[in-house]
Amino acid sequence: MKKNYWKRFYNWFDDRIQFEDIIQFAAKKYVPVHSHSIWYYFGGVTLFLFIIQVVTGILLLLYYKGSEDLAFESIQYIMTEVQFGWLIRSVHSWSANLMVLAAFIHMFSVYFTRAYRKPREITWVTGMLMLFLAMGFGFSGYLLPWNELAFFATKVGTDIAGVIPVIGKPMLEFLRGGEDVTGATLSRFFGFHVAVMPAIFTVLLGIHLILVQRQGMSEPIEYEDKPEKEKKSMPFFPNFLLRDLLFWLIVLNIVALLAVLFPWELGVKADPFASAPAGIKPEWYFMFMFQTLKYIPAHVLFFDGEVLGILLFSAAGLLWTLVPFWDRKTLRGEKTRFINYLGIFAIVYIILLTVLGYLE
Amino acid sequence: MEVDKNKRNFLKYVLGGSLTALAAMIFYPIVEYLKPPKTKSAEVSSVKIGKVNEIPNDSSLMFRFGTKPGILVRTQNGEFRAFEATCTHLDCTVQFKQEMGVIWCACHNGKFDLHGRNISGPPPRPLTPYKVNIQGEDIFVSKI
Repeated sequence: MKKNYWKRFYNWFDDRIQFEDIIQFAAKKYVPVHSHSIWYYFGGVTLFLFIIQVVTGILLLLYYKGSEDLAFESIQYIMTEVQFGWLIRSVHSWSANLMVLAAFIHMFSVYFTRAYRKPREITWVTGMLMLFLAMGFGFSGYLLPWNELAFFATKVGTDIAGVIPVIGKPMLEFLRGGEDVTGATLSRFFGFHVAVMPAIFTVLLGIHLILVQRQGMSEPIEYEDKPEKEKKSMPFFPNFLLRDLLFWLIVLNIVALLAVLFPWELGVKADPFASAPAGIKPEWYFMFMFQTLKYIPAHVLFFDGEVLGILLFSAAGLLWTLVPFWDRKTLRGEKTRFINYLGIFAIVYIILLTVLGYLE
Repeated sequence: MEVDKNKRNFLKYVLGGSLTALAAMIFYPIVEYLKPPKTKSAEVSSVKIGKVNEIPNDSSLMFRFGTKPGILVRTQNGEFRAFEATCTHLDCTVQFKQEMGVIWCACHNGKFDLHGRNISGPPPRPLTPYKVNIQGEDIFVSKI
């Protein structure tokens, strides 16, 4: 009898939606198995952490107040009065950081396996845009507690935008909602963080995921060249999906452990007329850029030091995003070591400067 | 069927023009809305920040000058100097470092001497100075 209900329930929907196509599509989807298969999981992990961000973000919205006078106090309230408020905020912060980390790992794995090559250029570009957006989420979210560290990090970060020639000044005022970082900046960042960026991110994520489904998993070049007989693979459903879910479970545990054992600090409320305290640091994923700005002298040729730094980082980011279009060798099926060297240089540079930043 | 090219072109321009005008009508107010209005706070020309005997030699005081933070430094020989406390590098707020005898920015390790001159680190320009006036016991700071 019970089974019958299920059947009728299923049939009612099947009549209207025709599940057949979807099931057939899922049954046909295979994931290549090779020595680099582990990297396939990081996209999924990033997605999982993004889902955690959406859920905890909505929960935080129920109590957070986005104004200069109330922001800090409302988070204090969340952390001390609201049941499990400390946990929700801590999970949101930890998961945000892990999401950026997972996105970086995913990006570098795609880079080194040349998975960006034709026909996956759009997947790569949307992925890069989402990575930048994730950093934007981090930057805007960092200010929302309106504490001292965040206040000065935002001053520096938005001032960096301001030194870009021509468009810098209007952009700075647009970001800050005026000339200085004030309550107006907080309102804007709150709006960007919870409305504008999620909207853009959702569209990009939709395109990214549809393309991954449509084109299937990318095969590494060495694997692609193997004879069909030697290629190993596993069905996406249920084999790969179950492994994916297992990974998600592990990540959930890591997030929970970090959130409980190292609850996120709130710090001291921002005072716009106090000196910047020693030890001002941005989030770790901006550290290598922040540290570079410390080393560039005040003037280099006819550039101001920071203008040069920003122009160099912008150019590097643009070139990186466009790699599928200028890496002609991979496109022609030739081997190229340059891409590897460049990738290794980028990773070493990022790690070295980040470590230096924390050692100081 | 014969197509009257003139008519078609006319329609193309009318339609294209209308769409452009429509887009402008929608986006102009949005772009203008995004620009923050100029704040109408009264222009500050001078502020009283404290009394001479409150600030010992070789120390400093942070104060508010309109919407900007300011720093007053009293040197070892008792001289007062005041500057806009905004670092010329990337907008952080500077502080007086007594042990080093400099004005220091914690964000990128920029240093200024007690005349506000950028002496080390990334700041490209000196700090903007204010004029310090002592009237009786009161210290006034004003724009130069």
